[in-house]
Amino acid sequence: MKEYRFDSVIIGGGAAGMAAAIEITKRGFSAVIVEREEHLGGILLQCIHNGFGLHQFKEELTGPEYAERVSDEVRQLGIPAFLETTVTAVKDGDVKEIHCCSKAGVFIIRSHTVVLAMGCRERNRGNIGIPGARPAGIFTAGLAQRLINIDGLVPGKRYVIVGSGDIGLIMARRLSWIGCQVQAVVEIQPYPAGLVRNIVQCLHDFKIPLHLSHAVTNIHGRDRIEAVDVTPIIEGVHDFSKTFRLDCDCLLLSVGLIPENELSRKAGVRITPQHNGPEVDACMMTNRSGIFACGNVLHVHDLVDFVSEEGGRTGRFVARHLDGCAPRRQFAVEAGQNIRYVVPAKADPATENRFYMRPMIVKNEATLEIKINNTTVRTLRKTHIQPSEMICVTLAPEDLARWGGASEPTLQFSLA
Amino acid sequence: MKTHYDVAIIGAGVIGAAIARKLSSYELDVVLVDKEADVSFGTSKANSGIVHGGFHSPAKYLKTKLEVRGNLMFDQLQKELDFPFRRCGILVVAFREEELQAIETLYRQGIDNGAFGLELCGRERLLHLEPKLHPDVIGGLHAANGGIIEPYRFVFALVESARKNGVELLLNFKVQSASHADGLHTIVAGDGRAVKARFIINAAGIHADDISAVFNAESFHITARKGEEFLLDRESKAYPGKVIFPVPSANSKGILVIPTVDGTLMVGPTAVETEDKGDLATTARNLEDVFNFARKLIPSISERDIITSFAGLRPAMLPDNDFHIDISRMAPNLIQVAGIQSPGLTAAPAIADYVKDLLKQCDCRLVEKKNYDPYLPKVSGLRHLSIHEAAEAQAENPLYGNVICRCENISEAEIVEAIRRGHHTLDGIKFFTRAGMGRCQGGFCSYRIIKIIMRETGMGYHEVTKRGGGSYLLADRLGPSTPATEA
Repeated sequence: MKEYRFDSVIIGGGAAGMAAAIEITKRGFSAVIVEREEHLGGILLQCIHNGFGLHQFKEELTGPEYAERVSDEVRQLGIPAFLETTVTAVKDGDVKEIHCCSKAGVFIIRSHTVVLAMGCRERNRGNIGIPGARPAGIFTAGLAQRLINIDGLVPGKRYVIVGSGDIGLIMARRLSWIGCQVQAVVEIQPYPAGLVRNIVQCLHDFKIPLHLSHAVTNIHGRDRIEAVDVTPIIEGVHDFSKTFRLDCDCLLLSVGLIPENELSRKAGVRITPQHNGPEVDACMMTNRSGIFACGNVLHVHDLVDFVSEEGGRTGRFVARHLDGCAPRRQFAVEAGQNIRYVVPAKADPATENRFYMRPMIVKNEATLEIKINNTTVRTLRKTHIQPSEMICVTLAPEDLARWGGASEPTLQFSLA
Repeated sequence: MKTHYDVAIIGAGVIGAAIARKLSSYELDVVLVDKEADVSFGTSKANSGIVHGGFHSPAKYLKTKLEVRGNLMFDQLQKELDFPFRRCGILVVAFREEELQAIETLYRQGIDNGAFGLELCGRERLLHLEPKLHPDVIGGLHAANGGIIEPYRFVFALVESARKNGVELLLNFKVQSASHADGLHTIVAGDGRAVKARFIINAAGIHADDISAVFNAESFHITARKGEEFLLDRESKAYPGKVIFPVPSANSKGILVIPTVDGTLMVGPTAVETEDKGDLATTARNLEDVFNFARKLIPSISERDIITSFAGLRPAMLPDNDFHIDISRMAPNLIQVAGIQSPGLTAAPAIADYVKDLLKQCDCRLVEKKNYDPYLPKVSGLRHLSIHEAAEAQAENPLYGNVICRCENISEAEIVEAIRRGHHTLDGIKFFTRAGMGRCQGGFCSYRIIKIIMRETGMGYHEVTKRGGGSYLLADRLGPSTPATEA
């Protein structure tokens, strides 16, 4: 069996993994990407719509274009990648062992650092428990997107989409364009789960009804799906007397994403239930020394630009770790009122720190308050917040210098 | 396809499969027909996968004798057929004083039935056997001989072994009519295919009453009793070492917690009678009840770990809920195998022996086949291999290195093997390999498997189905060629 040695192994060749590999390589260390699919780029490759890259490249790109820009850089830097290769295990230790499987061979890579960048998977029917018959024709939105945009195969003609997550909205428009009928998008919450611009560009522009505070409560059809029952939810209670039926031959589910951390767990990485990803410190390192995480495997992002930023930042931390540097002290970071989670879970007072956090409420003119123990270090005004839009905050060392010498400083973010 | 057989078995669930395999050891021409696109696609696919311990029903029932006998046959069968099976043991647990009496009755009943490995347990002993049990448990029964099995893999193995020994399998063969002349039955399928056989075995599960009517034989009614089950992720902390039963009620063994052989966890089944024999719908209301009940057995069980739910229909014959296996008194050379609900899977190998004896009574000549081979080759799954073993397997067959299903770690080699063994639907491949059975429920691997099916079988995209019939997966293709011109 073949064995390889690198300074760092990046698991997953999507936006996060590529960005990390680039930064590690630029700092003189050897990195290798292990990617399951035939090409680098991850899910970007099936996202043929535009709207990517506004932050990173200051222009509007399609998913494949964005992926190409980054993978071109990977190639120019001569970063090796094992494609069509699946990592089946990560054995932790001072030197890590990464077990890889591909048609070309089964082999082991040894390295001092690992970057977890496996991305996420879609929640499915079982996860949300839609009752009813179990016919063919029920797909997650991402699977339908893959079938249509990469394989040119169309799962159905007449659709109902459950969940107003971005992939579902994008698919509503895509399906309209290829001559399919989208009956409705059904969202259980009173507000949409996707970005506002997608509601406008993908639903309103195509006159596709969005039923907020509605749930799919039954599925009809023996062999292939024929219809679904949709029930309004009034003040948290299903009103079955107002249930209506929508005919369809295909049901798409866009009901959220779950970071894919099975490999991480097996390697002993601690996963926090707050964002279903590894708990990382100020250097994006997990509880296992030398194992880092970034991108959607860490927490689910709204924009690939943020994923790339996080991946690149993680890559720089990996290089610092390989150089033998570590922060002298770290502050704990906590999600306060109306904030579901903050990543990372630690802050380094000696450097600039960037945080991503997810609000739990919908509000105009909100205030984000940042405290260290009981001292407010910064207050930020937000014109509009909602759970589907992540908040990004950068704190300078000066902000953190105001911690007042407490013995256990805790940085807390809260929204009001 | 031959047209004349000695025996035609209707229904390729676990019962029809076990009978077919048994008969394949004799010099007989046997045909096994099923209306579905693959075997085990009816009641058997939704079976709880328990090899029962022989204590749940009294000795007066036929099902009890066959359960006790069947249980003992599984070790040998596993040696021959290599299906996933483990004698992990069963616990029936009591939480109230009056339930302890029921436990004692079950224990005595089991002893009377001739079941092995039964043990009455106090609280400490139970918690030692299964530390995940609810601490309020006060006593119970341990049946060390009980076990768990992958039901569809068992059926697949039985059918494969039968076919290896000469049994013919006809799928998508829905028996529409039958006639009898010159000592031969003729059965005709909906698509016009016809088969002649001297003996007919009705192993049609929930449709056994309809099949009996086709032959103008006994009139009886099969009641479909629906059971819903929830499948939980292998990461669930609740995974017990043993199958956990509550104290049973009059018509059901209750909600169980079942560790599966492959490491996932099942909670269920419910028991609701339904008039509609095609009703496999799951309901919202049951979820809450099932989980509240299951948490009384093992408190760490959580809805958060659900990866899917499904329902199956048990074919019950009321009022006695017993098996009804007999030579028909109305139709010539017809053997009825009806009402095979729980513990049907446990009893299946013993039922096969029993039916063989009935055939003999009908003057069917049974001569042992000299070249009968009871063994099947072992299929090694990537998920069971160490990295070094995987490297060896990959060197021999490169497809072993290509992981198709990431959740269950299933390689392309295993998918191709499933297709070559005749499983051409997404569900058939799922049941054979486990691909698509994990936490993402096929979100990542479905398109890959669809493409492998197309490559291996030459089917068009519109011919690939979830489970045969009208369960197509893809409706159209982008680009200049339309499905109409392509078909």
